[in-house]
Amino acid sequence: MSGRVSDGTEDMRVPEIEVRDLYKSFGDNEVLRGIDLEIGQGEVVCVIGPSGSGKSTLLRCVNLLEEPTKGQVFVGGTEVTHPDVDIDEVRRRIGMVFQQFNLFPHLTVTENLTLPQRRVLKRDKAQAARVAAENLERVGLSEKANAYPSSLSGGQQQRVAIARALAMGPEVMLFDEPTSALDPELVGDVLAVMRRLANEGMTMMVVTHEMTFAREVADRVVFMDGGVIVEEGTPARVITNPAHERTRHFLSRLLDPAMADVEEESAHEAEGEGEKPHRPN
Amino acid sequence: MTDASTKQVQPRKQGLSRTQKRALSRGAQYALFVAAVVALAVSADWARLKNQFAQADLAEQMFPEIITLALKNTVLYTLSGFVFGLVLGMVIALMRLSPVGPYRWVAGIYIEIFRGLPALLIFIFVGVAVPLAFPGTEIPGGTYGKVALALGLVSAAYMAETIRAGIQAVPKGQMEAARSLGFSHARAMVSIIIPQAFRIVIPPLTNELVLLFKDSSLVLFLGVTLEERELAKYGRDLASQTANSTPILVAGLCYLLVTVPLGFVVRRLETKAGEATR
Repeated sequence: MSGRVSDGTEDMRVPEIEVRDLYKSFGDNEVLRGIDLEIGQGEVVCVIGPSGSGKSTLLRCVNLLEEPTKGQVFVGGTEVTHPDVDIDEVRRRIGMVFQQFNLFPHLTVTENLTLPQRRVLKRDKAQAARVAAENLERVGLSEKANAYPSSLSGGQQQRVAIARALAMGPEVMLFDEPTSALDPELVGDVLAVMRRLANEGMTMMVVTHEMTFAREVADRVVFMDGGVIVEEGTPARVITNPAHERTRHFLSRLLDPAMADVEEESAHEAEGEGEKPHRPN
Repeated sequence: MTDASTKQVQPRKQGLSRTQKRALSRGAQYALFVAAVVALAVSADWARLKNQFAQADLAEQMFPEIITLALKNTVLYTLSGFVFGLVLGMVIALMRLSPVGPYRWVAGIYIEIFRGLPALLIFIFVGVAVPLAFPGTEIPGGTYGKVALALGLVSAAYMAETIRAGIQAVPKGQMEAARSLGFSHARAMVSIIIPQAFRIVIPPLTNELVLLFKDSSLVLFLGVTLEERELAKYGRDLASQTANSTPILVAGLCYLLVTVPLGFVVRRLETKAGEATR
């Protein structure tokens, strides 16, 4: 889609996102235990894994919403974790989309897009309005420009949230389970917007449970469990043919029945241990 | 065991049923109420009461000055105190939420002290103690400045707690979204968090306005000129001049003229806020 190599190992250019030996603890709870990850320019990486595996924390460490306990994060060559870095300046280059949308409820859709541009990027009114209109069009919500977020469906809110992040002109987009809070019938529109964004060459790091999206859109899939990266590779490798027991176990519990035949074998193997998705009878 | 249970049942059978008892009790309460009203009506010296509280010509004399002067001053005192209290309360609320320890402590101590002291004491302090302690210092704005200071000091403590709760009621995701867009913490507070917090705290702040409106009567203890009199002082002065209580009653009605509608507005706002958060 982005025309990038998808062998997912070596990259000639400077990576857009680079994570080096990252650790993060909340009190005694060590959530990340030594993460190394590189994401090339224009690459789409999906991070999958069971809840509590640390994937959201990893994502939030990239724009320093969580401060790592140890390790380094680079975005576009800037060390985000450096003590002297102007984090507000770095964050302008990193768009983030949240599970709960987090639109500003006291502002209209257009104001949600223009206020950050004006306050943070100091764009003038006309320019901010123009960029806002462009990006609303991009997510197909021009007709909702003057609506308040509360009058929109979850899917529409999430698309506005994506447009809000895009209006800042980011180099990288982070998605934290963007469709997990949506009713199933609204997921498709959001994924379509993300798919288009990927095709346009945006560098994207996506924490998701949408295996179909990961399979079709991602250049690379990273499977995390217990605060470490268990395996990574092309979607075909990681999702269709996982090398690790833990990956197989996770996928067997997650994949919908339509996919079950593909995963049947590994699913049965995985049922031998731990909590079971369904009892063998 | 069986004895006990039969004993429990028997008295009820002999006496009244529960419904009967309830009807009897309610009847007694109505009877008591009617008796009290009748006793009051009979025993009261109506002519004297009318003379004391409802002298129409005396009440008429008070207009329009009680509105143009007294009510106007009450409103001015209240609003100046409210604005000062709001600004100070905002600062204290932000200090209370500060990551810097000493700010939090100072704010906490302020709130404890000023919530724990009677408003009257603050008025006396501002009116008497400050001029004595710092001779030559003039609180700007004369009486208006003093009242704004006294009312503001008291209300800031309450408003700080209200505003702090409002800020904390804004979902955490709002700050995270703003920060992820490149807002600094301070800018996010001003542009995103505080506007939302204010929506939440408008009903309790309006309530505080009602309280201040009533507390402005404590100006009585500051010593004011004729032109600076507000409702309570105005009513009392006239009452002692005429040796009649009608002015007090009229002043009271003027308070209610404002407090009752405001109270109604607060309840409306609370209902609306309740609907919005659902």
